[in-house]
Amino acid sequence: MVQTIAFYVMAAATLGAALAVVSAKNPVHSVLFLITAFFSSAGLFVLLGAEFLAMLLVVVYVGAVAVLFLFVVMMLDVDFAALRGEFARYLPLGGFIALILAIEMALIAASVATKGAAAANKLPSASGDAPSNIEAIGAVLYTDYAYFFQAAGMVLLVAMIGAIVLTLRHKSHVRRQNIGDQIARTPEAGMEVVQIKPGAGVEL
Amino acid sequence: MTVSLTHYLVVAAILFTIGVFGIFVNRKNIIVILMSIELILLAVNINLVAFSAYLHDITGQVFAMFVLTVAAAEAAVGLAILVTFFRNRGGISVDDAGVMKG
Repeated sequence: MVQTIAFYVMAAATLGAALAVVSAKNPVHSVLFLITAFFSSAGLFVLLGAEFLAMLLVVVYVGAVAVLFLFVVMMLDVDFAALRGEFARYLPLGGFIALILAIEMALIAASVATKGAAAANKLPSASGDAPSNIEAIGAVLYTDYAYFFQAAGMVLLVAMIGAIVLTLRHKSHVRRQNIGDQIARTPEAGMEVVQIKPGAGVEL
Repeated sequence: MTVSLTHYLVVAAILFTIGVFGIFVNRKNIIVILMSIELILLAVNINLVAFSAYLHDITGQVFAMFVLTVAAAEAAVGLAILVTFFRNRGGISVDDAGVMKG
């Protein structure tokens, strides 16, 4: 009973926050509602027995991605009111298509859930003396999916390098240290001995 | 009345639809479009985890983790492109994005 109430509360919070994300006037509010949506769906993951993914969702999304969004939204000085002009124009068509999509997907989901292979299990695999969630994931992730795990690391590395390359900007009017030039400099290249006649100047 | 797989799948379906709806109605605001994509990927994750739990098969959660990884990478690169675009154009209207071609 408690689980049922918790499910409905967190599902309602997720969907309400998601709706607020796409309809909020201020994008800072959108990001804050996005954090709410991620947090509530982390609660749904806990109800399903996926504690590790719930923790990951909070750490990665709330801690990193949402803060990144917040950072960009606040850093860019954009007139968001001008970008919103067409919200009302697309609302009827968008709402209609979204309604059709939602009904169709819910019907298919219901039939899959009641007739598919998952219908045999009435409860999620949260209870019992099975190994803990993290243990079970680790046993699969580092054996069967070891190469996929490495590939995921490469994806993150490429994304990191890509983001740095895209945003790094060299200012042309700022003199920067060139270590290669410094090391290549020899006494012969950097120094010149000039004999000066008395009374005459030096040509540099 | 207990919570069944259908409940989770319906929540994920509605969340996915809200994401698509968000892309529709916020056509000009690329930041909200990126957030809508995050919502869509979250819906996919809920689907994967729900099926993983009710099939008693952990593989779904492993794949949800990979989806999470790709979503984080996508957000980082997307926002980096956005920042560069804003620097070059002084605005982030999607209508101006045509100048990026070629």
